[in-house]
Amino acid sequence: MHQFLYGIYPYIALTVLAVGSIARYERDPYTWKSSSSQLLRRKQLIVGSVLFHVGVLAIFGGHLVGLLTPLSVWDALGVSHGAKQMIAIVLGGVAGISALIGGLMLAHRRLTDPRVRATSSLADTMIILLLLAQLVLGLMTIFVSLGHLDGHEMTKFMAWASGIFTFDGNAASYIEDANILFKIHIFLGLTIFLIFPFTRLVHMLSAPIRYIWRPGFQIVRTRKGKS
Amino acid sequence: MKVRAQIGMVLNLDKCIGCHTCSVTCKNVWTSRDGVEYAWFNNVETKPGIGYPKDWENQKSWNGGWTRTKAGKLIPKQGAKWRILANIFGNPNLPEIDDYYEPFDFDYDHLKSAPLMEHFPTARPRSKVSGERMEKIEWGPNWEEILGGEFEKRSKDYNFEGVQKEMYGEYENTFMMYLPRLCEHCLNPTCVASCPSGAIYKREEDGVVLIDQDKCRGWRMCISGCPYKKIYYNWESGKSEKCTFCYPRIESGLPTVCSETCVGRIRYLGVMLYDADKIGDAASMGSEQELYDAQLDVFLDPNDPAVIEAARESGVPEDWLESARKSPIWKMAMEWKIAFPLHPEYRTLPMVWYIPPLSPIQNAAEAGKISVNNGMPDVQSLRIPVRYLANMLTAGDEAPVVSALERMLAMRGYMRSKLIDGVVDNAIAEQVGMTPLEVEDMYHVMSIANYEDRFVVPTTHRENVEDAYDLRGGCGFTDGNQCSTGNSGKKLFGSRKFVVPQEAAE
Repeated sequence: MHQFLYGIYPYIALTVLAVGSIARYERDPYTWKSSSSQLLRRKQLIVGSVLFHVGVLAIFGGHLVGLLTPLSVWDALGVSHGAKQMIAIVLGGVAGISALIGGLMLAHRRLTDPRVRATSSLADTMIILLLLAQLVLGLMTIFVSLGHLDGHEMTKFMAWASGIFTFDGNAASYIEDANILFKIHIFLGLTIFLIFPFTRLVHMLSAPIRYIWRPGFQIVRTRKGKS
Repeated sequence: MKVRAQIGMVLNLDKCIGCHTCSVTCKNVWTSRDGVEYAWFNNVETKPGIGYPKDWENQKSWNGGWTRTKAGKLIPKQGAKWRILANIFGNPNLPEIDDYYEPFDFDYDHLKSAPLMEHFPTARPRSKVSGERMEKIEWGPNWEEILGGEFEKRSKDYNFEGVQKEMYGEYENTFMMYLPRLCEHCLNPTCVASCPSGAIYKREEDGVVLIDQDKCRGWRMCISGCPYKKIYYNWESGKSEKCTFCYPRIESGLPTVCSETCVGRIRYLGVMLYDADKIGDAASMGSEQELYDAQLDVFLDPNDPAVIEAARESGVPEDWLESARKSPIWKMAMEWKIAFPLHPEYRTLPMVWYIPPLSPIQNAAEAGKISVNNGMPDVQSLRIPVRYLANMLTAGDEAPVVSALERMLAMRGYMRSKLIDGVVDNAIAEQVGMTPLEVEDMYHVMSIANYEDRFVVPTTHRENVEDAYDLRGGCGFTDGNQCSTGNSGKKLFGSRKFVVPQEAAE
């Protein structure tokens, strides 16, 4: 079971994430959107949404860098495992609390505002609740981590994550003895990857960063010379 | 010189009777769907009033349109690109649906399904968004119709800037006009500039501004970018939508639905040639009052051989050049100078222009008080203050508006003299700097307003813009997702089934 959940399930989840997203982008681009409900109710949205998004983006970036940067790079930079864990705890904690407060505001708004509730799909409501659960789990792991500040536990997860991406068949075994909170957190994370293409989360893939260096302001469509 | 052509529109407000036929036919064609029931691609406002959405003209609060930096650079008033992206999680300039109105319907079924009761059953309103009962409707489409509501609220109208407005609240001095509004299909659109996804574009061949529904991600920056608030967020589909200038009709040489159905014959459509290289400079003029003249300068004379040659080089088709020479828009905007852009101070170079309305003579009952100049009343004695019109059409510059009103009065005087008295009085025409021939042409186009004089729309040259081979077996106009009708029931990615509106069975 452990081998399936942490050795095979990651591949299923990542494959569905990639193939599903490509299929949706290709086959049903009309559904690819952020699904903003700001027009219907401004209250709670601006503050809640900014706190939530900034927090989640910071956490996402932190996980990406923290888990997938090889240990040797950190060693070369002279960052001890304990210090790296402290950075993760402090930055992750601050971002996590910001995201949690924002997320609670958004969830409250989604569940109690008559306009927003009436126009929400099941997926809209479920995804915010799932993300909140994941945030709470993630913040709870901080208390576990505070029990062993040497950073050794953390290196196991790094080994597991890089193991998954390097097709290491033994990856799951690295976290066999990890705390149950971490395990649930990882499982839920993978599940969020799995359902990603079927929810509004896809809007993060089209984050319009390119806008910054799009030449000029205007877009004039010409079809001349195109065949 | 980069010559481009655009189908422009002129609305003769002097003839608008406020019947809303344009709005209703437009709604029936384009926005009778879930998510856009609150949206009117075309609406008619009674002025003075705060309009739809509330107070839309006041860019101090909405931050729509462009602003000129100290260095003379033009950036959207809602912020430079980085600022727009920083607002992406929560757009502080976005109207809420209550700024338009919460769409509602009535429980009509209750009228026939109610049990036996002491009182007659009524159909009470219900929100179209939440489905909940609405106890009191406090705002709706065209709430200020024919000066509805108290003057105190309506006088927040931005066009009262610099007008002693208190006296217009008095019954004897009150005035009113209609303002039909639609997307301006601007030469320098802020919606296009504000779209982070690059989903909005202006078509080179006819100037229509459209939103690619498959590319729109619902970042909603176009809504706050547009100073006319003519982009609407479809809360059901999560995409922005706007007036399409009825492009499937325009491409076939037909007028837009609003123009076609206008019973007052106030709308005109015609080709305008313009120099795309001049847009940037024209939109960033130092003074707001220079913007009207600057835009006139962007337009190119279709009779000028140099322009014709440059247009041919830029690929403007021959029949479009021919139409440009017959364009009623060119006559009204450039030759007679009686049509003006709506709020040029937003710096978007709008392409739907307006002829200001004449109005009854103020205090007409008090004989002898009207200042008459050579048989023509002074436009300053008209009921609608000239400053009010100038705030709307020329960024407050009264001279061009006065000249236009005088020319319209002169046309009336000249034709009355000719048709009633049987006297051709050339002096009336000359007094406003026109020849009798021009005045008669103006009368023909504006007063008789025959169909073929109002709508000079050349068909699109598909052969230049699209390869017909790619279009074979296509399905024409669809609701996204190419030819799929979505009839597979539940869909994996959550798109709703597209329900084709059908007429009720007999």
